[in-house]
Amino acid sequence: MTINSLIIEALQIILVIGLAPAFAGWVRTLKCWFQGRSTPGIFQPYRDLRKLFSKEVVLAHNASWIFRFTPYLLFGTAVLVGGIIPIISVDLPLAATADVIVVVFIFAIARFFLALAGMDIGTAFGGMGSSREMMIASLAEPAMLMAIFTVSLVNKSTSLAEIVQVIYNTPPELNPSLAFAFVAFILILLAETGRVPVDNPATHLELTMIHEGMILEYSGRHLALIEWTSMMKLYLFTSLAIAAFAPWGIATKGSLDALPLAFGIMIAKLGVAGLIIVLIETGLAKMRLFRVPEFLGTAFLLATLGMLSFFMLD
Amino acid sequence: MNYDPITIALLSILIFLGAALIAPLLRRSQTSLINISFILASIASFMAVAAGYFTVENAVVNTMILPIGLPDLPFHFRLDPLAGFFLVVVGLLSFFVSIYSIGYVKGYLGNRSVTSLAVFYCLFIAGMLLVVLADDALCFLVSWEIMAGASYFLVMFENERAENRRAALLYLIIAHVGAIAILLAFGIMAGFGSGSVFDGYTFDAMRKADIPVEWATAAFFLSFFGFAAKAGVIPLHAWLPEAHPAAPSNVSALMSGVMLKTAIYGIIRITFDIIHVFPWWWGAIVLTFGLISTVMGVLYALMQHDLKKLLAYHSVENIGIILIGVGLSMVFIAFKLPLLAALGLIAGLYHTINHAMFKGLLFMGAGAVLHATGERNMEEMGGLIHKMPWTAAMFLVACMSISALPPFNGFVSEWLMFQAFLLSPALPNQILILLIPLGASLLALSGALAAACFVKAFGVTFLGHWRGHHKCRAHEVDWSMRSGMLMAGGSCLLLGILPTIFIDWVDIIAEHFVGSTISLSASQYGWMWLTPVSYERASYSGITVFIGILVVLAVTYALLHVSPGMIRRSHIWDCGFKKINSRMQYNATSFAQPIRRIFGFLFNIIERTEQAPHAGHQAFPKKLHYYLSVRDRLWKWLYKPFVDSSFWISKQAGKLQQGHIQTYLIYSFITLIALLVFLR
Repeated sequence: MTINSLIIEALQIILVIGLAPAFAGWVRTLKCWFQGRSTPGIFQPYRDLRKLFSKEVVLAHNASWIFRFTPYLLFGTAVLVGGIIPIISVDLPLAATADVIVVVFIFAIARFFLALAGMDIGTAFGGMGSSREMMIASLAEPAMLMAIFTVSLVNKSTSLAEIVQVIYNTPPELNPSLAFAFVAFILILLAETGRVPVDNPATHLELTMIHEGMILEYSGRHLALIEWTSMMKLYLFTSLAIAAFAPWGIATKGSLDALPLAFGIMIAKLGVAGLIIVLIETGLAKMRLFRVPEFLGTAFLLATLGMLSFFMLD
Repeated sequence: MNYDPITIALLSILIFLGAALIAPLLRRSQTSLINISFILASIASFMAVAAGYFTVENAVVNTMILPIGLPDLPFHFRLDPLAGFFLVVVGLLSFFVSIYSIGYVKGYLGNRSVTSLAVFYCLFIAGMLLVVLADDALCFLVSWEIMAGASYFLVMFENERAENRRAALLYLIIAHVGAIAILLAFGIMAGFGSGSVFDGYTFDAMRKADIPVEWATAAFFLSFFGFAAKAGVIPLHAWLPEAHPAAPSNVSALMSGVMLKTAIYGIIRITFDIIHVFPWWWGAIVLTFGLISTVMGVLYALMQHDLKKLLAYHSVENIGIILIGVGLSMVFIAFKLPLLAALGLIAGLYHTINHAMFKGLLFMGAGAVLHATGERNMEEMGGLIHKMPWTAAMFLVACMSISALPPFNGFVSEWLMFQAFLLSPALPNQILILLIPLGASLLALSGALAAACFVKAFGVTFLGHWRGHHKCRAHEVDWSMRSGMLMAGGSCLLLGILPTIFIDWVDIIAEHFVGSTISLSASQYGWMWLTPVSYERASYSGITVFIGILVVLAVTYALLHVSPGMIRRSHIWDCGFKKINSRMQYNATSFAQPIRRIFGFLFNIIERTEQAPHAGHQAFPKKLHYYLSVRDRLWKWLYKPFVDSSFWISKQAGKLQQGHIQTYLIYSFITLIALLVFLR
């Protein structure tokens, strides 16, 4: 562990925290363009966060410590994952803390507490959001792990930094199992980050809320932290997809010189990733809740096909 | 006197038996009876832990022959690292639960005599310790029966309720069907034992015996059936969710936490130690049953609204997870892949101790809730986190552990299993390579469903508003119950953040049975990093996850509280709905509704809504009755035909009994003739 790698680690964490709202703003802007609306600009999320941070917190009388603890915990998990996934460089001291399976389960901690917070006040909408969120998660997680297993089998490692290294060291070729896993991963990304067609981040229609239902009672800085975490989650899942399927351009050495280029390439990739997400979101309508299992079943099947094709071709 | 581990272990059993003997003498003063028996039990449990710990640590094997039992058939005891490990598992949880019991059992004072509870509690733990120490078939089965018998009486403790009596009877029947199968398995193996007739019954003789593969297979299946019945492996699980909740909660903690583990011990002892050479498909069968139990166990659990029943079904799930590890290890070792076999076996053993800790803690928490509110039905609970903050915090730790969330212990063992699954492409069998990764996805499914189930269990019990019809008179429990739970919670965290230390300690068992260890690679990069195979392959550092999240959390909190934060307490918003009441909350049934709808085809679900007569328009009935029943399909498919056919056979056999002495004389006469004809 050198000084350089510590600097890179710190830079990356700051990048994740700082850039996540801009990425969310980019996705919203693109969506506005596709829907023919005028946009508030990609910096609107920053203004939203500032507004929320300056507001007072209104807590229900019976809110317990779980309710107040959850926003901070959520933020903590997201920042930690931000230090683990190779985003600008693979030379991260924290990368060995967790392999890709652990990353999935760290997100699960956040979800667990958010679902609990949804039930804490004892409102019907909160419980509804928690119940649906856990249902979707319980179907998304196996599909997610199947996609990840395919990637790990191909690269013979579950460590993200190692996966990136292996992809670098092998000549690029179209691997059908990775193609299947990639499509599956995109479907799961939409479900896990609460995008259309599974959930709608912009909805406030009571009966369709999932994520919004759980956080309905939040306000002020608590809500700001949760919103920020959601933006970071979108950013991190996208980065996870990039690291696992198309890491080219990331800095592989521990020197700082490679960082500006890696940063530029990362911005370009995120721009394209945002476009893909928005194309899917705009092209699809939100599904009924009980169509979601079919959607995630498709993802699972694709990931399984990816795995089977790996064994057949290998 | 020589203080080697086996002496200490036997001494601990002796203290348990002594406590069981003196308890009836103290029955006049129930308070001192509780204090003395459970303090003795905790001391004895601690001794068992010490004996087990040093056995594993020093990798010693101690044997002892005691001239008790039948003449010429002395009891053999043997304490090897495997037995030592299970001594630690049984002893550690018994220690926590015994301290917890001091407070818990006092809840019965004034209602009923607790003498029988104290007596059978001590006998029960002594039975479990003896099972682990036994080194011959006779001693094993006698101990097995002490354990089963004592636990039967514990399930029967609150025998004024018909459902408890029914549960105890069902338990007794299935336990004995299983015991017969185990007896037969020992019979087969003893038959091939070398030496004189009377020596064949020792495990040592069975180890040396040259058992032909078809007989070994028969013995394996019989013993697997017997142990699976004890462990509650699906489809032999029906008794478990009935019996475990019926027992007092401290006993439920032990039954779910450690009694089931004696069956795991039995499976490992017979396959890896006694038979020790076996074909790969035995492992595949263990793995398959493990996977089925895992997924079905958690789905059944999701359908429950009785807190203790929910936890009992989760024991089915976790036994399944342990069997996955053991099964994978059996497959790997059969294909001569000792390193991977060691990984699978250690994952299974790790989950064994993890499950003991968190399931013990969960049942202790459920017991605390029952103690404080008198309720087991989650639909009548809610908001207990305000009244019982300690219990709630500890229950939350256990919920996170069982849901396999880092940095707690359940995650480490499941992660090791995922790693073992991912290494399966090393197997030379093409079909296995294709099927085993699908098992990994089932494990992932069950983990995610368990998280959903425990959001439900914790959320409905401890969060929201009180749902009960009577006023909530809950209170926090006393120091002894709290400290029992705190220690179990602490173990969950320590086992989660210090996996390398645990693996270094337990590794000797893998070395004994599969001839390989993972500790060299596992702690290659120091105690902080768990790298089961190699650094490049995968790594995990629970302590960094734990501290990392806490640091970010603390920094964020501090930054946001530089200026005193404004918090205003107000009414619930709920999108502006005004007349919200506690009956409008989500409850256990409604929380599970989406999952019930998706996986409903696996159950026998009857759901209907009845409208009471309406006044005015049909759309506004005065009252709605919602009726839901979720039943196990296996009852109809498996148990009912079995019960019906047993009744039919008994009825037919009953026809032979006419009650006339002449008829019976004719039966004897015919038998005699037949014997003379065939056995001339």
